[in-house]
Amino acid sequence: MLEIKSISKIFNAGTVNEKVALNGLSLTLNTGDFVTVIGGNGAGKSTLLNSIAGTYPVDEGKIFIDNIDVTNLPEYKRAKYIGRVFQDPMVGTATDMWIEENMALAMRRGKSRGLSWAIKNSDRKYFKELLSQLDLGLENRLSTKVGLLSGGQRQAITLLMASMNSPKLLLLDEHTAALDPKTASKVLDITDKIVESNHLTTLMITHNMSDAIRLGNRLIMMNEGKIILDISGEEKKNLTVEHLLQMFEKVSGAKLENDRMLLNNE
Amino acid sequence: MDITGLLGAMPGAVAQGMIWGIMAIGVYITFKILDLADLTVDGSMVTGMAVCAMLMAAGWNVWTAMLIATLAGMGAGLLTGIFHTVMGIPAILAGILTQLILWSVNLKIMGKANQALPARKFDVLLTQLRTNEALIVLVIFCVVIVAILYAFFGTKFGTAIRATGCNEKMARAQGINTNRNKVIGFIISNGIVALSGALLAQYSGKADINDGRGAIVIGLAAVIIGEAVFSRFSQSFILRLTGVIVGGIIYYIVYQTVIFLGLDTDLLKMLSAIVVAIFLAIPYMKKTYFSKPGKRNKEVQ
Ligand SMILES: Nc1ncnc2c1ncn2[C@@H]1O[C@H](COP(=O)(O)OP(=O)(O)O)[C@@H](O)[C@H]1O
Ligand SMILES: [Mg+2]
Repeated sequence: MLEIKSISKIFNAGTVNEKVALNGLSLTLNTGDFVTVIGGNGAGKSTLLNSIAGTYPVDEGKIFIDNIDVTNLPEYKRAKYIGRVFQDPMVGTATDMWIEENMALAMRRGKSRGLSWAIKNSDRKYFKELLSQLDLGLENRLSTKVGLLSGGQRQAITLLMASMNSPKLLLLDEHTAALDPKTASKVLDITDKIVESNHLTTLMITHNMSDAIRLGNRLIMMNEGKIILDISGEEKKNLTVEHLLQMFEKVSGAKLENDRMLLNNE
Repeated sequence: MDITGLLGAMPGAVAQGMIWGIMAIGVYITFKILDLADLTVDGSMVTGMAVCAMLMAAGWNVWTAMLIATLAGMGAGLLTGIFHTVMGIPAILAGILTQLILWSVNLKIMGKANQALPARKFDVLLTQLRTNEALIVLVIFCVVIVAILYAFFGTKFGTAIRATGCNEKMARAQGINTNRNKVIGFIISNGIVALSGALLAQYSGKADINDGRGAIVIGLAAVIIGEAVFSRFSQSFILRLTGVIVGGIIYYIVYQTVIFLGLDTDLLKMLSAIVVAIFLAIPYMKKTYFSKPGKRNKEVQ
């Protein structure tokens, strides 16, 4: 499904600020994999997702989605295969536009955009149906500007948008990190539901270790631009947070003590 | 003072206001919809005037002349778009570069600094010598332009352009070619600006290399006035576009009145710029100096 062959990404190469964000990383996802991604700050998690999405080119390596080499495709062309939700709720939606306009934009992802009306009445019916599944009372607010919604509502809508047209890949970058705990857990439930019901192949970065263990069928841990742990199946089900922390220490030779991950494993 | 003199000048002010209102719709597309400041317009306005005047002086039909003038403006927009997206030049600078290029091009088009287009000799659509008739022509132009743009920005293509201006990151994540859309925005915008130039040349009976100087400021003023007047009533797109034209009309009514009150006309451009600066500063000042902490993030939960 997704095949990443030893990609590297170096920021500010040749300067004092040089930073190797991805260091020959390889990863293969099977169709339907729901992979949670953890790792300390600066481990390269976001860079990995941005590289897959084409936000910037990688310096080395190749990326295939369904055997299509997307390494040199610009971001907007790769979007055909990829749905995304970002950490910042402001980023995933167009705030000055209505809910239905945002959803209509997402519905054309990977398709041509001609001179026919952006939204038909049948589309509205479909949007309402999708929105009512969120259970946030948004189904009757199709012509509300997204900018007037709360962060949680926006992330939920962005999730719906990202899952439209059954993308080959869903990329979630700490998409609940900016939300309060209650909203975050609601959005996470919605995420699980959407991924399940659409059988989406998913990469989800989280800083919450227990979420990373609870959700998905596979867990990878990153450190210094590499994948240092890759756990799936039964082994993943039996994981505990303590266990994970121990493994991190063993593999990386460092303690996670001062890291954000520790603070967030409630 | 002769108040009837002022009243008599009003139809002319409204007509000029509508022409600049059309121009301001071009500014609205880049400044408001695409969130880019495009200074090409000072040049493309004159390109529209020059092309229309020269072609008509050479005996071309008025509609063909206006069409070619519009296409010439679109070409100017394309150039700015390429400077900005392909060559990575900041939008403001890209516009200034094209503007400077157009200064030379416009001089070459006319072969001199100005070209007369007297209404008694040429078959123009509108002239300041017959303001009532000019008003009817302009109302038709305004209605058609607003209607076409309203429809266009309601299409799949049009909403993708709006998304490009609203949130580029989101647009790209939704598979929208944001660079191409920006170029198209520049093209449409400068086409409309050149069309208004073609109308202005006919209306005033001349094209002059200096006529575009400060056009961007008048355009911004119309956009801002229109927003101040209309946003109270409605957020609908068609009313916003209409508001821009009304903004142009209000601008020229105030302009005429100020002249009538005996203000030194040398100061007019400065005053316009100051008024625009103040209005552009208002949103920032409100946020920085007047907002109460609790109100800053007004969200509907
Ligand atoms: N656009 C960028 N420019 C320069 N350095 C960057 C950029 N993006 C990320 N980095 C650096 O690359 C490293 C990995 O960052 P990132 O992938 O965001 O980490 P994570 O998401 O795991 O916290 C960090 O050291 C970060 O400072
Ligand atoms: Mg990150």
